Amino acid sequence: MIKAVMVMNTQGKPRLTKFYEFLVRKRQTQFSLFFFLPCLIRAENVSNFMEADSIFGPDSRLVYKHYATLYFVFVFDSSENELAMLDLIQVFVETLDKCFRNVCELDIVFNYSKLHTILDEIIFGGQVLETSSAEVMKVVEEISRQESASNSIGLVTKTVSGWRNR
Amino acid sequence: MGSQGGIGQSKEFLDLVKSIGEARSKAEEDRIVLGEIETLKRRLVEPGIPKRKMKEYIIRLVYIEMLGHDASFGYIHAVKMTHDDSLFLKRTGYLAVTLFLNEDHDLIILIVNTIQKDLKSDNFLIVCAALNAVCKLINEETIPAVLPQVVELLGHQKEAVRKKAIMALHRFHQKSPSSVSHLVSNFRKRLCDNDPGVMGATLCPLLDLINRDVSSFKDLVVSFVSILKQVAEHRLPKTYDYHQLPAPFIQIRLLKILALLGSGDKQASEQMYMVVGDIFRKCDSSSNIGNAVLYQCVCCVSSIHPNPKLLESAADVIARFLKSDSHNLKYLGIDALGRLIKLSPEIAEQHQLAVIDCLEDPDDTLKRKTFELLHKMTKSSNVEVIVDRMIDYMISINDNHYKTDIVSRCVELAEQFAPSNQWFIQTMNRVFEHAGDLVNIKVAHNLMHLIAEGFGEDDDTEYTHLRSSAVDSYLRIIGAPKLPSVFLQVICWVLGEYGTADGKYSASYITGKLCDVAEAYSNDETVKAYAVTALMKIYACEMAAGRTVDILPECQTLIEELSASHSTDLQQRAYELQAVIALDAQTVENILPSDASSKEIEIDKNLPFLNDHVERAIEKGAQPYIPESERSGFSSASYLNRQDLYEVPPSHGLRFEAYELPKQPSVPLTTPPVSIGSSNELIPVPEPTYNRGTQAAVSLPSSSNAGPAEVKLRLDGVQKRWGRPTYSSSSASTSAAASQDTVNGVTPPDGATTVTPAISKGRETTYEPTRKTQQAVEISPEKQKLAASLFGGSSKQERKSSLGGGHKTAAKPTGGHAVEAPAKKMAAPVQQPPPPDLLDLGEMTVATTGPLIDPFKQLEGLLDSVELASSTKNHVDVSAAKGPDAMAFYGDSATTVEQGGHHFSSIDDVDNLMSGLSSATTDASSGGGIPTSQLTTQNSKGPNLKDALQKDALVRQMGVNPSSQNPNLFKDLLG
Repeated sequence: MIKAVMVMNTQGKPRLTKFYEFLVRKRQTQFSLFFFLPCLIRAENVSNFMEADSIFGPDSRLVYKHYATLYFVFVFDSSENELAMLDLIQVFVETLDKCFRNVCELDIVFNYSKLHTILDEIIFGGQVLETSSAEVMKVVEEISRQESASNSIGLVTKTVSGWRNR
Repeated sequence: MGSQGGIGQSKEFLDLVKSIGEARSKAEEDRIVLGEIETLKRRLVEPGIPKRKMKEYIIRLVYIEMLGHDASFGYIHAVKMTHDDSLFLKRTGYLAVTLFLNEDHDLIILIVNTIQKDLKSDNFLIVCAALNAVCKLINEETIPAVLPQVVELLGHQKEAVRKKAIMALHRFHQKSPSSVSHLVSNFRKRLCDNDPGVMGATLCPLLDLINRDVSSFKDLVVSFVSILKQVAEHRLPKTYDYHQLPAPFIQIRLLKILALLGSGDKQASEQMYMVVGDIFRKCDSSSNIGNAVLYQCVCCVSSIHPNPKLLESAADVIARFLKSDSHNLKYLGIDALGRLIKLSPEIAEQHQLAVIDCLEDPDDTLKRKTFELLHKMTKSSNVEVIVDRMIDYMISINDNHYKTDIVSRCVELAEQFAPSNQWFIQTMNRVFEHAGDLVNIKVAHNLMHLIAEGFGEDDDTEYTHLRSSAVDSYLRIIGAPKLPSVFLQVICWVLGEYGTADGKYSASYITGKLCDVAEAYSNDETVKAYAVTALMKIYACEMAAGRTVDILPECQTLIEELSASHSTDLQQRAYELQAVIALDAQTVENILPSDASSKEIEIDKNLPFLNDHVERAIEKGAQPYIPESERSGFSSASYLNRQDLYEVPPSHGLRFEAYELPKQPSVPLTTPPVSIGSSNELIPVPEPTYNRGTQAAVSLPSSSNAGPAEVKLRLDGVQKRWGRPTYSSSSASTSAAASQDTVNGVTPPDGATTVTPAISKGRETTYEPTRKTQQAVEISPEKQKLAASLFGGSSKQERKSSLGGGHKTAAKPTGGHAVEAPAKKMAAPVQQPPPPDLLDLGEMTVATTGPLIDPFKQLEGLLDSVELASSTKNHVDVSAAKGPDAMAFYGDSATTVEQGGHHFSSIDDVDNLMSGLSSATTDASSGGGIPTSQLTTQNSKGPNLKDALQKDALVRQMGVNPSSQNPNLFKDLLG
């Protein structure tokens, strides 16, 4: 089971955190700090896996991947295949890339809810739900289409009602 | 689409993000966020906020939470937003509540109703959003409220909804298995869903279910195998391909399921061999994900009923992983090796150098994984090297969490496989010295026990030697600054017991040292107590020997100081010490006999020596004693005393279950050391002595005569003594071997003993001499030496037998008989299959299939060996041994399969072999053609210059990212 997904930049600022097992908030920030330090220290040519028992309780490891200014971190337990998790990060990032076209940190900062939408399509309740980025994109596009539609309708009705009230 | 940076969001929010991005310190960031919280608190209560604005506020709240601050003041607004009709706002609401709330939050009750309604919505996106919330927020009590709707959604026309409904059910199952136990059939049904995504999702709950109860899903083996086959043959839609691999994630999940189903089930495993073998062949090992699938295959192979051919493929994969440059692959290789080693221990030797490389790698994760592996393959021949390495590593790290872990491993291994007492004590000293605070106190007691008792040998000189060497080592260490408390306790105890025993050190020297300890660690009362008791023992010993005792001035001051101590325990000890010193030699000899710590002490629970006294008292009219259990009610006082012994404190409510029997107070264990010393005439029984640890173990046999009310001493604290008899015979030094043999006599044998020793002994003795020659012949660098000491024994043996096998098969390639002979030789040391019966051979099918198979095998074996030899020129000896080894293995495999009684149809067999052959050749030839896939992806993706410029402009305009020399942050990503 996947326990948490987090994205943070190289300065240690969290960009996205999602926990599939509830953790107390204090621990969350503590984790960010905790994780970030060893990440910096770790040399270039080492594996992307780490044991995270001391932070996330027994039987937890994490996989991280470094893209430009961002770290993507997945925390999971021993029932998952580490290398596959590494590729799941890749799937996530590829999907982001398809969605934002050359995604960068700014996209992630400003499209916070969209990021969550994408993640929800890939990981659901701590399990890998969908791994085909094309499928994910289909749903995400559908959502944004409908959202913008409902949004404009919302605006219209609002003006109408506002006009009636007058 | 493209970047929508800023669209739909107000200047305020952008400013917030920007200022936080520019914050130089955590404090500054906190200040900004607190300001933001204030603003939001004010804004949220304003009346008539437009919905759009409201959405942004909610997003800002989420952002604040993410930064680690509390936004609970706004939760209710998020809940309110889920009630909204528009998809846009509803989704935001749901997102926020799933991030804010946990399943036990009070506000959940306000959402359940909305969720119920939304699950019935016509818009599938609303349903999806609701399912998302269901997954996160519904707890055991609220499951029934939404369960019917979720089950209904399993038949929804949209696959996205079906998928999520399955996962929601899975989540319910995780939270409360009983609530959905009647719905298991639904999971099975969804396995046949038209949509591969739904099918893939269904595998998650099935994996979980199978994990809990394998037996009821055995019928699905066929289905899983056929699904896996179809997936592997590219039958799924193209969209599921990932890096040219067909649906790798589904493959991985299926392999996990098969591993569970096939574990310990020969019949089920046989159905899987084909498809797993196929995947081994087809999988592209140049990509990351391909390796992930291969790794999962290895895990599967190591879990199901072993098949020699698959084991060999697995070994090949592991070899490739270990030789790779990527640390990730090495990590997986080590992990896989640890799994496979249980089935075929001999494969570890092929990779000894690789393993040692990993051990010396700077990568911590890899190192720890390697230690895990070593832990699994420790035996008495290599325990010294391994534990040594572990301790070195343990000293070098700071992470207490892992340190504790590795310390307990060291102790476990040392206790199990210790080749000699000497070594054990030294090892323990190192462990205590560097990580004493992390060691369980039991370990310390065990160590004292060992020093008192030895390994059980009768030889007295051995005894005294052991003790004096312990004393020596402790006197050396004792001066070191800042020793852990536990270690000091051991030191004090040993010095007290044996410090003067061999006459090497004078009493005044030892007492001086003890006083130093008590002084240096004046904050640690336990240590002081141990030290004072040790002092007393030494003085008593001196007096009993008829020597005059001269108390050092510092001892005098120490005793005086302690007799005024705040701790009553220390005070008592000090007074006792003074009292003992004042006695005459004869009495001292009686109350503190020398070297009595390991004497067995008979405890008569009935205290018969008090009978006279009791009778006299009763005659005088005293009340007879009524045992506590027979009294009508407990007095509150007795409750108070014993409260801690009950798990449930007495409550005012009714208890429906029976009261448990009162736990025995186990007095002898808890009496403080030497509590009785001063009143010598009271108790004729030899006293419950000073050391708690020994006592527990020693006094076991004596209590059996105590009649019906006998008390069992608690023995759980005492660990089993030195390990599994199976391994004991293989130690290198003869003296140790002898000593361990006697241990075997003493320790009660556990079930396995009777079966194994003969085999293991035979095995060890065969290679013992050769091992020495190897070390002598090879003038090897340090690494090789290490390898030899780690893997040495069995590798040599392996090589020998495999060479034999190679020769024979080469000489006589045809006929089952020729293969049989070496195979049999193999089988005995490897102790896998029972040695094949030669007599059976003639009449059975083997005779006919034998000649048919062998030529192919020969060929394949040869191919293999050629390829290996060319690829690993640098360790020629390893690969040279490996070539014929593979061949022998083949011979072995063929015969064992047939012996096992399950016949592959001959067609299948040929088929297998042919494909194996072809793969071998392709393997050999494929050297250069790897990176084509990467090239293609590079073409399709690439930085779009225009986008990049736009983004750059945006960045500049907003000034968010001060250090952005690289606006295309992901340029390197997909290229």
